[in-house]
Amino acid sequence: MNLLCTVMGCLPFDWAQYTFMQHALLAVLLITPLLALLGCLIVNNQMAFFSEALGHSALTGLAIGTLLGLQAPVFAVVAFAVLLAVSMSLMRRHSAVPPDTAIALVMAFVVALGVVLLSRGGGFAKYSSYLIGDILTITRGELFGLAALLGVVLLLWGILFNALFFVSLNRSLAASRGFPVRWLEPLFAVIVAVVVAISIPWVGLLVINSMLILPAATARNLAWNTRSYVVGALVISLLSGILGLICSYYWDTATGATIVLWASGFFALSLLFRR
Amino acid sequence: MRSCGACCTRLTEFGVTLRGVPVLEHINLHMHCGELTAIIGPNGAGKTSLLRAMIGEIPHAGSLRFIHHGNVENTQPLRIGYVPQRLEIDRTSPTTVLDLFVGALSRWPLWLGVRTRTRQEARGQLAVVGADTLIDRKLSELSGGQLQRVLLALALAPNPELLLLDEPVAGLDQAGTELFYQTVSRMRTQYDLSILLVSHDLMAAASVADRMILLNRTLLCDGTPQEVLGNPLLKQTFGFSIAGQDLPRRREEAQRLAREQCELPEGGVK
Repeated sequence: MNLLCTVMGCLPFDWAQYTFMQHALLAVLLITPLLALLGCLIVNNQMAFFSEALGHSALTGLAIGTLLGLQAPVFAVVAFAVLLAVSMSLMRRHSAVPPDTAIALVMAFVVALGVVLLSRGGGFAKYSSYLIGDILTITRGELFGLAALLGVVLLLWGILFNALFFVSLNRSLAASRGFPVRWLEPLFAVIVAVVVAISIPWVGLLVINSMLILPAATARNLAWNTRSYVVGALVISLLSGILGLICSYYWDTATGATIVLWASGFFALSLLFRR
Repeated sequence: MRSCGACCTRLTEFGVTLRGVPVLEHINLHMHCGELTAIIGPNGAGKTSLLRAMIGEIPHAGSLRFIHHGNVENTQPLRIGYVPQRLEIDRTSPTTVLDLFVGALSRWPLWLGVRTRTRQEARGQLAVVGADTLIDRKLSELSGGQLQRVLLALALAPNPELLLLDEPVAGLDQAGTELFYQTVSRMRTQYDLSILLVSHDLMAAASVADRMILLNRTLLCDGTPQEVLGNPLLKQTFGFSIAGQDLPRRREEAQRLAREQCELPEGGVK
């Protein structure tokens, strides 16, 4: 990593001289493709609202972690997101209420609970960094953690992609091919929950869903098959990540949201070249 | 390969319960290979639930076994090909016909590209239904009839012992329907498999099936299409009778068409 930082330090830009920007750039190069990979299957599965609810649940996880007096509330955030993902995934299949209504109900409750718990005694302001995220504070240890997470997701996407892709096409058809549909859906929900919960402190829960969905939605407009779809989403996510980070430095704005603005721009552009 | 007519798929005391409510009970059924069995029944009769339970999507009671020639029972799970009622493809979906085959046939992750061997295998399978020219087309660009034939080709790879067709021609135009049934008729004689067809179109089902089953939460009636259509239970179940319609002529017509079309036109079907 020292080597990477040295290489970046040689770039002819003033932002590239600061260690925090070098770290942030590495973080962007890890997080944006990670979220885009998940996003491709989220969009295929029409689960955009589901992942939005998962992002918002971080607030409640954080509140529970704080109440329990945990040193690192991230464990509570991950655990709560996983619990919610599994229950929403089961609700989606078995509930009598239409799935989007069910998710909206759960999200309303969870957000309200999180805000109530965190705002006790008027102390909500100190948690606002969770809303917009702060990628500039990422540490070296956290970067290694993110790299490991990306490694795990790449490995899982090597093993599970075809199965998850097939389930997203048609559940019965997937079952007839011997794919274990009954546990693939909850498993996918859990993977998304873990990645979202871990990424939120840097990306911010207000915009994390856009970083999941936008690259995939953009690539969908341009792709001619599944491979070009996934590769396209990766390229678009990296481009918006890098451009967003650099612009946020010069404009002095929140990095996550600036990345999303670039991603939205690419989406708008892709509409013009729709296949 | 020709069907041997001696192996069979056997359902014994098969039943399905959904959310505590029994939707199917005491289904006992033998299907011989080379035979096309049509299941008819009113809405809510449990036709689709039967298929979903057979492919293992929902749990079931009783057993589903495949018995080979000479009464040898299969030790492997039954290989089932399934053609769904309708695949909902959103207009922006980038999934191509080839992607569909790769997802089903290969362990190599689709997003890392397609191996030549898998591509050739897919092309070979598509050629069986005269759809090899569609290999690089997006599913969202195919006509209803093309999509159903692609799904049929997929269901036949690898060779299944039992082929399940769930309302496969719902929403197809006349030409698409005829072509689909002709292809299915050909499969029946060329492959060693039993075919189970769920249909709400009684006459169309009768014209292609060797055997017909009237289902309404359990087996009500089982016999040749003539016998089932003439059975008073049919009138009780559907509220109308179609006995006396010119079934033999329709059957002959369908079989003649199937013979004529045995060789599909060159270069696939437009």
